[in-house]
Amino acid sequence: MGEELKLHGAWISPFVYRVIWALKLKGVPYEYIEEDLSNKSPLLLKYNPVHKKVPALVHAGKPICESMIIVEYIEETWPQYPLLPIDPYERAMARFWVKFAEEKGDAVWALFRTSGEEQEKAMKGTLEMLKTIEEHSPDAKKFFGGDKIGIVDIAFGAIGYWLGVVEELLGVALFEAHAFPRLHAWLKNFTEAPKIKENLPGRDELVVFVRSWRAERLLASQN
Amino acid sequence: MMAEEVKLFRSWSSPFPLRVIWALELKGIPYEVILVDLSNKSSLLLQYNPIHMKVPVLVHNGKSIAESLVILEYVEETWKQTPSLLPEDPYERAMERFWAKFGDDKVLPSLWNVFIKQGKDQEEAMVPAQENLTNLEELLRGKNFFSGERIGFLDLAFGWLANMVSVFEEVMGATVLDNQKLPSLSAWMKNFMDAPIIKESWPPRDKLITKCQALRQAHIEKEAPK
Repeated sequence: MGEELKLHGAWISPFVYRVIWALKLKGVPYEYIEEDLSNKSPLLLKYNPVHKKVPALVHAGKPICESMIIVEYIEETWPQYPLLPIDPYERAMARFWVKFAEEKGDAVWALFRTSGEEQEKAMKGTLEMLKTIEEHSPDAKKFFGGDKIGIVDIAFGAIGYWLGVVEELLGVALFEAHAFPRLHAWLKNFTEAPKIKENLPGRDELVVFVRSWRAERLLASQN
Repeated sequence: MMAEEVKLFRSWSSPFPLRVIWALELKGIPYEVILVDLSNKSSLLLQYNPIHMKVPVLVHNGKSIAESLVILEYVEETWKQTPSLLPEDPYERAMERFWAKFGDDKVLPSLWNVFIKQGKDQEEAMVPAQENLTNLEELLRGKNFFSGERIGFLDLAFGWLANMVSVFEEVMGATVLDNQKLPSLSAWMKNFMDAPIIKESWPPRDKLITKCQALRQAHIEKEAPK
């Protein structure tokens, strides 16, 4: 399909990377447009008027927003390297865990934005989320998708990698190997998979960025 | 053909299991209801939805699925008879999924936020709630239903609006959805409310009113200055 495909994103965004991973795994070419989140382009605001956020995938001029909805769209449009199983029950299980990641992942994103009591609450939420996945998710062979990366890996992968960033930022250990052995092994498999490894933002760069972003926010809130 | 066993865990009042009931009824799929008292969750619910312990849970031939919108997609993929709930085109499907998510992530919480408040707090809460409802008005423009010519996935996702908005408004004694400003949405609510199958499914209104009165009272007391 020779139609124009563009991705509006930001290098710091875990949500954008979910879309990048899906496109790279399927070998779908696209044009990437980096957005300055402090000065969003009129195009982005036109493509995502409701949330005004990245990612926005634009296919033949038509925009799709919300990272996991975009991933499902990519799955349905480009069938190579399937990200969802064929069996309806297995698909429902995958979608359940995607929803879980979207809902409970909020605790991890809150760690970046908050401090004090709110941040404590977010740490608790993060640990609860990790515990549930460790205990209840189906046995990951190499990945949640089986031998190959699937939609659940993509959903959790963003959370897992960015969790490492916030741990370094805050100097806390939340995602400890002895507490979450299955998840630790899974994250290692995921981040070392070739198509993922080549498409990860630098952790140090992310830490530097977030540190200064948090400082700016603190200053702004005090004025 | 193997006899299919379909069970649905629901509570009498929660709108989320209704989505599944509508889908099953529309497709003519026989099912058994298991009524759950959410104030006294049974070990059966724990067994079938250990992670969230919520309704709805669909159990199909012994295998359980939770999360109402996930269940809708499962019903669509498993029982392919008409009516189909989702469009065929991937872009149209993405749009329905996007707006269903908007409904659950933004519309519902913002309306709830109006419902549990009063005075100036409620006035402030009205603003995002009404903005969200305006988005739905624009989405409906020129269409009878969110999914197009007939009821589909997105109508089932938004169905709770058709009865809960008027229940909220009656209990709190305030209007959040202005019929004049949102004519398409108001018309949709009435059409959906009275649609075949849908109209037989609503929980008893007087019971809902009583329950919502208690909920609003509890929230207001919690927020009252000490």
